[in-house]
Amino acid sequence: MNLTLKVWRQKGANVKGALETYQVKANEHMSFLEMLDVLNEDLISQGKEPVAFAHDCREGICGTCNLVIDGRPHGPQQGTTVCQLHMRAFKDGQTIVVEPWRAAAFPIIKDLVVDRSSFDAIIQAGGFISVNTGQAQDGNAIPIEKDTASLAFDAATCIGCGACVAACPNGSAMLFTSAKVSHLALMPQGKVEHEKRVQKMVAQMDLEGFGNCSNTGACEVECPKEISISNIARLNRSYVGSVLSSD
Amino acid sequence: MINLDAKVPEGPLEDKWTNYRSKMNLVAPNNKRRLEVIVVGTGLAGAAAAATMGELGYNVKCFTFHDSPRRAHSIAAQGGINAAKNYQNDGDSVYRLFYDTIKGGDYRSREANVHRLAEVSRNIIDQAVAQGVPFAREYGGLLANRSFGGVQVSRTFYARGQTGQQLLIGAYQSLSRQISLGNVQMYNRHEMLDLVKIDGKARGIIARNLLTGKLERFAAHCVVLATGGYGNVFYLSTNAMNSNVTAAWRAVKKGALMANPCYTQIHPTCIPQSGEYQSKLTLMSESLRNDGRVWVPKKKEDAVAIQEGKKKGVDIAEGDRDYYLERRYPAFGNLVPRDVASRAAKVECDKGHGIVSTGKGVFLDFASAIQRYGKSAAHTQGINNPSATKIVELGEAVIKEKYGNLFQMYEKISGENPYKNPMKIYPAVHYTMGGVWVDYNLETNVPGLFALGEANFSDHGANRLGASALMQGLADGYFVIPYTVGPFLSGEIRTEKISTDAPEFAAAEKNTQDQIDKLMNVKGKQSVESFHRRLGKIMWEYCGMARNEEGLKKARKMIRELRAEFWSDVFVPGSKDEFNPELEKAGRVADFLEMGEVMILDALDREESCGGHFREEHKSEEGEAKRNDADYTYVAAWEWDENEPKVHKEHLVFENVELKTRSYK
Repeated sequence: MNLTLKVWRQKGANVKGALETYQVKANEHMSFLEMLDVLNEDLISQGKEPVAFAHDCREGICGTCNLVIDGRPHGPQQGTTVCQLHMRAFKDGQTIVVEPWRAAAFPIIKDLVVDRSSFDAIIQAGGFISVNTGQAQDGNAIPIEKDTASLAFDAATCIGCGACVAACPNGSAMLFTSAKVSHLALMPQGKVEHEKRVQKMVAQMDLEGFGNCSNTGACEVECPKEISISNIARLNRSYVGSVLSSD
Repeated sequence: MINLDAKVPEGPLEDKWTNYRSKMNLVAPNNKRRLEVIVVGTGLAGAAAAATMGELGYNVKCFTFHDSPRRAHSIAAQGGINAAKNYQNDGDSVYRLFYDTIKGGDYRSREANVHRLAEVSRNIIDQAVAQGVPFAREYGGLLANRSFGGVQVSRTFYARGQTGQQLLIGAYQSLSRQISLGNVQMYNRHEMLDLVKIDGKARGIIARNLLTGKLERFAAHCVVLATGGYGNVFYLSTNAMNSNVTAAWRAVKKGALMANPCYTQIHPTCIPQSGEYQSKLTLMSESLRNDGRVWVPKKKEDAVAIQEGKKKGVDIAEGDRDYYLERRYPAFGNLVPRDVASRAAKVECDKGHGIVSTGKGVFLDFASAIQRYGKSAAHTQGINNPSATKIVELGEAVIKEKYGNLFQMYEKISGENPYKNPMKIYPAVHYTMGGVWVDYNLETNVPGLFALGEANFSDHGANRLGASALMQGLADGYFVIPYTVGPFLSGEIRTEKISTDAPEFAAAEKNTQDQIDKLMNVKGKQSVESFHRRLGKIMWEYCGMARNEEGLKKARKMIRELRAEFWSDVFVPGSKDEFNPELEKAGRVADFLEMGEVMILDALDREESCGGHFREEHKSEEGEAKRNDADYTYVAAWEWDENEPKVHKEHLVFENVELKTRSYK
């Protein structure tokens, strides 16, 4: 298949970027990133600089890849990261626009690569259970009801890619933050410091420059792990509750 | 010859670790505050080590080339983690896990290390649960288990098909807590490019800031490498694109030894390659072999018809299918260890019975399991005389519950529905048992330099059992290194803070800068990627699932030629003073081009077949691997030399286990 790509090129954080047009030959068995590999090999063979894009595991689990394809984070396929998106989702002759995540809290580093260290900062603010190595009791001493464990798991599947932020018109990180809050709050081990955790993580989220949540639901639609927006409701209930109960 | 002292403690096997911990030299809390530790890598081993040593009070600096510690490739592990909990009351014990691991490794690992691993395996599960890792549960709320290859008990704990992700997030969260407390200083997007030695001891690293391109110096009292394996030497593997051997290799060039590099694990169940452009291979978890049956058509004409797309797997009658693992290995069937399953697939495909267009693929079929589970579910739900459709519907629901995300991933990649058609799979490079040589303390032959997890060679011998990589990474990080760093650091309490102004730092920085300049200045015509692909082809062809003397000798020559060509014709675009992924890759491929040669030399040296290392000259009449215990019961530890790398040997002593021919029949 023959494709026309319009790819965002930007030398660095403080330089203006623009879309550049390229032609690329692909086939439907390739992943989207393998198609970009082909483009890059072609650019290198012409002595030009390849397009910088973030990627690593190419199995949909590390959360590194972050492309907005034709306006949609991770492209057109539901519940799929870009690395798992295959070219059979596109048509011969199609023009495809490829851009990076765009959000105030994710500054561009180069071309399609952005800085997501603000996510690490949110986790560092409280996204953990305070237990030192060696302090744990026997694993089976904490029974967890199967459905509850499953609900916690659904929230824990977040890969920290940031598609929720990129999809949100306000650049909010509520889906990411609430997924971690839910994962830990739903399990008995995480309940102990739940209220403090919510407050600290929300405060850090604001500090990092993420926008407010206005319940558009775009995050849930674009999340490659299909994390539910009900986590945001859970966070909001806990947050309000914790503010009211704290002195 | 370097004397490789394993420093195994005295006493009976089961008491060694307890006695060691009781008698080792400790570092007092006031001294811990003054001591600095560098941890390179943030996968299971690195994150666990950095977090735990931070908790203990050491000053930790932790490095990753990723944009966040959470991206390390441990995250991609699917199936599970072993632990000798015996929650299933099925006869498991520390000794049995130890024995299975020694036997699975084809008697080429160190008894004392493996026993310690089995002992601490139990603590890992407790620790992970306490951190909030959402392991699979039974209806009673207790932890669930499943089986993995090469064992006859259910000791594998799992979190859907995302066990690695959940365990890594647990370790990452612990690490994040220590970062927030100021005990660990985290350096993202920093790649270690050299080890700095002062007076023979590891005292720091040179790292490149990948955003600015600047080389930076970092000093500490000791250095811990947790930088993963070297599977990407094959180009196509299940490793992440950026996984590399550079940190470990640069340490080898500073005097550490690379042990058993020829032991590479070829995983039997990966999605077959579909074209030349392919950048990586995707694993389908070994857990699928609990319920999937592996087969190829008995008749060659059926195989050819499938290869040409004229027939499908479902068109082949039951009697015309060869369930070759069940036929050859009735005791373990589809759950034979990885090396055995991979070689068996190769044998069938080499005979012309492969089922994909390239001829390199076999079926993994869930139809029997769907029937079995469907009937059982119908019975549970009180449905009498269920229709065939109902059975399939119920059976598929059970399979979906167990392996849903794997089936979904398979469908995304292959475009085929694995509930309706058997999966197509083929072996692919997955893990490397070889790694930096370490003693019982996980310390290399360079004092103060430690290696953990896949980066070291210590626990899996010539073949790793499924669900044991996560166990080893976390054991090393949480429960071993926090103790075993003690004997070294307790001798350093009077050592002042190490200064990065030392001439050794300047020299190492210059050495690194020179290499980068050399890469940039070749200004040739061929891309880094094209060299990597060619290297991978040589390695897979001559040092892959089967090896022989003639091929290995040829491959060594080819690699040396390719290396020379690389240094005279590689093209690295962009500049060195900026974010430049091509330059990063160039440095890594340069190291793979040397590592590959050592792997080949090791494979040549080892005139026997064991585990993942199969020499065609050494096999039984039935085609099984034939070990040579009299001459090769040793660890081969290689010292790098551009012209003629040298081998040093650690002889393995087995006091508790009798060396037997490994049989899964």
